[in-house]
Amino acid sequence: MLSMDVFGELRRMNKRQVYFQFLNFAMIVASALMMWKGMMVVTGSESPIVVVLSGSMEPAFYRGDLLFLTNYQQDKIEAGEIVVFKIDGRDIPIVHRVIKLHENEDGKVKFLTKGDNNEVDDRGLYKPGQLWVERNHVVGRARGFVPYIGMITILMNDYPQVKYAILGLLGVFVLIHRE
Amino acid sequence: MHTVWARANAVFAFSVSVTASVAFACFLTTHVLDNTRPATIGVDKAIVKNLKDFYVDQKKDLGIVHFSLKANLTDVFNWNCKQLFLYLMAEYETPDNKVNQVVLWDKIIRRGENAVLNLRKQSTKYYFFDDGSNLRGREVKLSLHWNVIPNTGYMWMVKPQSHHSFIIPEKYAIRKQ
Repeated sequence: MLSMDVFGELRRMNKRQVYFQFLNFAMIVASALMMWKGMMVVTGSESPIVVVLSGSMEPAFYRGDLLFLTNYQQDKIEAGEIVVFKIDGRDIPIVHRVIKLHENEDGKVKFLTKGDNNEVDDRGLYKPGQLWVERNHVVGRARGFVPYIGMITILMNDYPQVKYAILGLLGVFVLIHRE
Repeated sequence: MHTVWARANAVFAFSVSVTASVAFACFLTTHVLDNTRPATIGVDKAIVKNLKDFYVDQKKDLGIVHFSLKANLTDVFNWNCKQLFLYLMAEYETPDNKVNQVVLWDKIIRRGENAVLNLRKQSTKYYFFDDGSNLRGREVKLSLHWNVIPNTGYMWMVKPQSHHSFIIPEKYAIRKQ
């Protein structure tokens, strides 16, 4: 069903139409990139949407939930807020709640975090010798929530074959399909 | 619409659109609700000691507080509120640090569970360590906050309507021999 139509179309296309298809593809990629960068500017966060990777914040967030972050510097972080932060030298962002906060007269803030579903605070997760998280470690504050959607990202990370298969299929369809 | 694939594609696209619209409707209909409620906090006991904190070698002030809490949060729940994360926050100011916020106790209430709180002589869940030894004689403000976790949408950090202040004793508690 698919193969006969597709290759028939491909042979009928001339050079101009092939270029047009590639341009179409490039437009889609460029628009997606623009939206992502636009969100980064509006929210002030380097990563405005994150997927929850662990169960340490259950029952509020489960693996695969999507969080929308903002990172406005003028809004002070308060205890009880859910922050997404990174430990120096590690790539994976951690989504936990601030349980202690101390700010000195110079305005320097330090806080301690803990996952709702964990028994102990996060000091075991920090770098050796690090006792507090600071403002520059914070990627953003969780403000909005959508359940389940991020499962696709987790699937693609755990099974890279799925990622390549989907990207390959999408590429083929966009290039071949006339509309 | 004559092949299995075309029909499956149509069904799938339609279900995704419907789910997205329902989620958006859930978010819109509950976004502007007032989630604040009155809460009564009292302090039954407050003493302070000076002990070594777990990860550092210095001695720090540890406050030991027993509190009472009364609140009714049943009507904060709605079709879009799946959980409330309550936390009791202690705020105070010291010469070293102008802002100190310590969460002393927290609780998760899921939709359907009992949301009437009536705690008395409750001890704190977390250690009330100061970042230093400056708790003696300090005025501490206790307030109950909660975080509304929706099925979809904005997560509200609800500010308390009132707070309870108490003063930590001037002297360290003496160990009874």
